Amino acid sequence: MAASDLDVAYVAELARLKLTGEETALFQRQLAQVLAHAAKLQELNLEGVEPAAHAVPATNVFRADEPRLSLTQEEALRNAPRAVNDLFLVTKVLE
Amino acid sequence: MTLRDLPGLTMTALQELLRSRAVSPREVITALHERIEGIEPKIGAYLSLDLQSALSAADAADVNLPLGGIPIAVKDTISVRGQPLTCASNILRNHRALYDATAVVRLKAAGAIPFGKTNMDEFAMGSSTENSSVKPTRNPWDLERVPGGSSGGSAAAVAAGAAIGSLGSDTGGSIRQPAALCGVVGLKPSYGRVSRYGLVAFASSLDQIGPLTKSVQDAALLLQVTAGVDPQDSTSLDEPVPDYLSRLESDLHGVRIGLPKEYFRAGIDPEVKAALATAGAHFESLGAELVEVSLPHTDYAIDAYYIIATAEASANLARFDGVRYGSRAENPANLLDHYGRTREQGFGPEVKRRIILGTYVLSSGYYDAFYLRAQKVRTLIRRDFARVFENVDALISPTTPEPAFKIGERSADPLRMYLADIFTNAANLAGICGISIPCGFAENASAKPLPIGLQILCPALGETRLLQIAHAYEQATDWHRRRPTLTS
Repeated sequence: MAASDLDVAYVAELARLKLTGEETALFQRQLAQVLAHAAKLQELNLEGVEPAAHAVPATNVFRADEPRLSLTQEEALRNAPRAVNDLFLVTKVLE
Repeated sequence: MTLRDLPGLTMTALQELLRSRAVSPREVITALHERIEGIEPKIGAYLSLDLQSALSAADAADVNLPLGGIPIAVKDTISVRGQPLTCASNILRNHRALYDATAVVRLKAAGAIPFGKTNMDEFAMGSSTENSSVKPTRNPWDLERVPGGSSGGSAAAVAAGAAIGSLGSDTGGSIRQPAALCGVVGLKPSYGRVSRYGLVAFASSLDQIGPLTKSVQDAALLLQVTAGVDPQDSTSLDEPVPDYLSRLESDLHGVRIGLPKEYFRAGIDPEVKAALATAGAHFESLGAELVEVSLPHTDYAIDAYYIIATAEASANLARFDGVRYGSRAENPANLLDHYGRTREQGFGPEVKRRIILGTYVLSSGYYDAFYLRAQKVRTLIRRDFARVFENVDALISPTTPEPAFKIGERSADPLRMYLADIFTNAANLAGICGISIPCGFAENASAKPLPIGLQILCPALGETRLLQIAHAYEQATDWHRRRPTLTS
């Protein structure tokens, strides 16, 4: 996969990350270098190799479905950037 | 021994003084605080320090507990209830932890006193601590140089005698690499050995919490207390925790140590190479047998690592949306503007770069070529280690190809910065354990001697053997006793 396929402006939109024009150009250049280095991975024949999502075989762990202590409402709101009437204040979603 | 000497002590030496009542926990905190105040202007290892709560904890400390009355500095990506938890990021600059990480719960239960949150690369992304949004940390051996990263504050504080011991986190070398560059001991436990609950997630399949200390014994002590299964972290391993401390002393006769030939090729600083050769000879004189081995996929590890780590980071950092915690952009025009500007203002350049890279390798059309391929390479890297560990007990290598580099030297070149982790990140991909211990000094790189780190790797859950080998080497050398000359 050619590194030049990377379109930083488009990917930034996907990541919900605003970038300045300068940052976009800089990242475009720097990440092209990183991806060019990573092109090495295309050399390998990986047929029949299973992907490893984890270092150790992971299995689902379930706990008993019982209520337990969690944050209080006051605590949960303590780090909120904006809170009103004991609720998170969010930016308007519907017009 | 005066009170001024206390901050330079190992945990075990301090423990003895506390138990014999030669010093009180309050005196320790006071002396440490003075030392920190004195040298912080030079080093910049800490992001926050809560003297009052440390003194209250000291007054209540039970010195007969395993870590009774011993202060431990904690990297600012690990939650300590009531203390700031900023990850050295603007987006969390006003954030305070609502609960203790499991590792911190266990430290406290063992009598330790969390004291000070240490500087780091923002969200643990970096190898020099220059990516902190607050300030750089300086290497106590040469203030013009980086301490390594991302746990650079923890490593520098321990090296400078501004912490007794410390906790860091290691995703691709973030404990071992700064430990090497600052001349201290840094242990990355096997994946799942220490609970990640309360550690702000960078790359969840790679992250581990571990100690940075002045001796191998201290690292064993901190691992002993923090290790073990935790119902709050489904990836923590339900395996018994051996008694690392009582088994620390061991004879290396018959121990087989592998030298992976791929780790000793071109690009290594000649003084690092020479220090490793001397260390190898040392192991032989202790009775160990050295064997050349091969990890054929070594050259692919760094690329697989940066694809997997950034992919996971882009997903983990999606939670910073300016709604429930973290800062939020003012007067957003709409929801997209809210997200876009909140994250633009909240994240620094390296974090943005990694979010972009991680989002790209996960995006439609590129997932198979990059992310899936990197995960398959991860399988090959795991197999490489599994194969060599059938024949050797441990592997040794340099922790880093070069000693500490100058502040600013690599910050404009991310690829070159990423290559600082070339010897450490395979261990995270494979989930095995590793340690960096001091093994010499580079005298020619700078006017001042710069520490060199020896990395030892053992199979997953092989910490007992790992610590035994590191301890035997440490007992036979005195590199770990050298301290930078820093006056406050």
